[in-house]
Amino acid sequence: MTEKYNMPDDRGHFGPYGGMFVAETLIPPIQQLNAAYQQYLNDPEFIEELDTDLKYYVGRPSPLYHAERWSRELGGAQIYLKREDLNHTGSHKINNTVGQALLAKRMGKTRIIAETGAGQHGVATATVAARLGLECVVYMGAVDVARQSLNVYRMKLLGATVVAVESGSKTLKDALNEALRDWVTNVDNTFYIIGTVAGPHPYPAMVRDFQAIIGREAKQQCIEATGRLPDALVACVGGGSNAIGLFYPFIEDESVKLIGVEAAGDGVATGRHSAPLCAGRPGVLHGNRTYLMADDDGEIIETHSISAGLDYPGVGPEHAWLKDTGRATYVNITDDEALEGFYALTRMEGIIPALESAHAMAYTMKLAPTMKKDEIIIVNLSGRGDKDMQTMAKREGIEL
Amino acid sequence: MSRLAAKFEALAEAGRKALIPFITAGDPSPNFTVPMMHAMVEAGVDIIELGVPFSDPMADGPVIQRASERALAHKMSLRRVLTIATEFRKTDQETPLVIMGYLNPIEAMGYEDFANAAQRADIDGVLTVDLPPEEGQECSDLLKARGIDPIFLLAPNSSDERIRKMDAAGSGYLYYVSLKGVTGAGHLNTSDVETKLQQIRANTRLPVAIGFGVKDAQTANTVADLGDGVVIGSALISKIEENLENPELAKSEICKLLAAMRQAMDSNQKSEHGEQQ
Ligand SMILES: Cc1ncc(COP(=O)(O)O)c(C=O)c1O
Repeated sequence: MTEKYNMPDDRGHFGPYGGMFVAETLIPPIQQLNAAYQQYLNDPEFIEELDTDLKYYVGRPSPLYHAERWSRELGGAQIYLKREDLNHTGSHKINNTVGQALLAKRMGKTRIIAETGAGQHGVATATVAARLGLECVVYMGAVDVARQSLNVYRMKLLGATVVAVESGSKTLKDALNEALRDWVTNVDNTFYIIGTVAGPHPYPAMVRDFQAIIGREAKQQCIEATGRLPDALVACVGGGSNAIGLFYPFIEDESVKLIGVEAAGDGVATGRHSAPLCAGRPGVLHGNRTYLMADDDGEIIETHSISAGLDYPGVGPEHAWLKDTGRATYVNITDDEALEGFYALTRMEGIIPALESAHAMAYTMKLAPTMKKDEIIIVNLSGRGDKDMQTMAKREGIEL
Repeated sequence: MSRLAAKFEALAEAGRKALIPFITAGDPSPNFTVPMMHAMVEAGVDIIELGVPFSDPMADGPVIQRASERALAHKMSLRRVLTIATEFRKTDQETPLVIMGYLNPIEAMGYEDFANAAQRADIDGVLTVDLPPEEGQECSDLLKARGIDPIFLLAPNSSDERIRKMDAAGSGYLYYVSLKGVTGAGHLNTSDVETKLQQIRANTRLPVAIGFGVKDAQTANTVADLGDGVVIGSALISKIEENLENPELAKSEICKLLAAMRQAMDSNQKSEHGEQQ
């Protein structure tokens, strides 16, 4: 066991990372949110309501599935999949939106906004908003609207307004910019549900805490199934919420390797990627200090990834801290490798992963053969691939 | 005394309010900016806020977003903005110059290098939109040590405590963002501004410039009257955008608007000042 891990500090800093870098109008709502969060974090009634929602609405606990055939085929470590793909709405994103929506309700907010990349967070937000009868506006880059049209339709069905963002690179970062602009304009009645461990304090800590259910369950399930802790955890990293959700309950268990997988797009060497931890530098964007993809002048660089959910130039500040301290390791997987991971899991186990999760699968294919047969990897299967059917079919030249 | 403090003191003595234009450096092209700055001084402005373009201007509305995009297309950068400031200073040592932008370009340069470069460029104030005082101590200290004023924002939802914090952290002036929204929004309510200014005045003795949503001479006059100065941004940049094919026309349109504002503000101030005496 390492010494007690107690991050962030009360101002939201993970060492030099994190913090609260926002324009003045957003300071009061962020302080209110933080106060509400600190209050309800330890409120038994809130926790009970959250647990009930996670069990009956989301469908938790999600299984820890032993991918026996795939493990045998790869010839190394035993691979266990944490099945976040089986959650209601198809990814881990709902763990967080259920939690934040309960906060929004308690804070008396009547309007919900969100940003989304792949559309999974947008769908998860529109879902909880529908359930609570709250107005919902989702900002989505115009590029992502085109490549994740199925999710756009789902959000609309759920009663949300989807705004296609045409500024900048027209992807996730621009959706976040636009959501922040909406929030500044409508601070009084609006709750901003951020979909990953980014944004100003308290979002990175709060979203982590809502996602940590993944790691808590996985730890217990692993011990029940195998009698011991895993040797390595693998998860894809966009903003980093599914990864930190899996990692966090294991941070003090030093024997467990934590491995985050960033999107290398065309390859990190080409510059066309989304891997700030592997190839970026520290800077400030969207309310926190973290690793970013920026040029020498501090302008944010456009990112590239086959998966809309990983197409983001920043990363949660806690990952920046875990990288610098060496507690976690960050690797990267190209678009082509991710596709191999996608097909492998589909054919070997009959599970079609989201393209985001396919990055974690692809790295697992490299890692497992280097490990012993009695060693254990838990891979976060953060979402299912339904939303990517159009992208995949198009790649194969098939019109759906 | 800093150029900004001296300017506000002189204005107060004369019973006048500061007219403060904001333009994005390098929009629509790098060569446009220095002559535009001189022309604005000619038209009667007191202080110039020069915007540093950023790829992700989260607090800005569409007009300033597009100005940033145009400037970035010409590879405008924080370093080049400081070069523009240096160029301007060659023939104007009087007009206080404030640079306004987002934190990441400053982070990329490094706080100390930036503070040194800003001092060499003879910059008077630095306003960093996404750097509240909680996070900004290090940068502010470096600037203050070089005689540069760190300028902070106040918002309609700022509490007494918050205003006092800005009073302690900032110098030169405080910038009151007159509405909840992004730059260029259109719902400025002058009676709300009036009420808020009473609260602000009760908690700070720093001059207060008011901005966001001021588009015409009459509003400029009303708003300036409530504080110590008025900032005009999107209304000017719209003129650039409307005349992308003809920058000279943009320049004269901007000067016309600023001159009208100056006139409205001065006639009002003079008579009021006269009445008071
Ligand atoms: C299935 C899935 N996995 C992962 C991500 C990436 O987000 P994060 O890194 O916050 O888990 C997304 C984002 O859209 C997603 O939809």
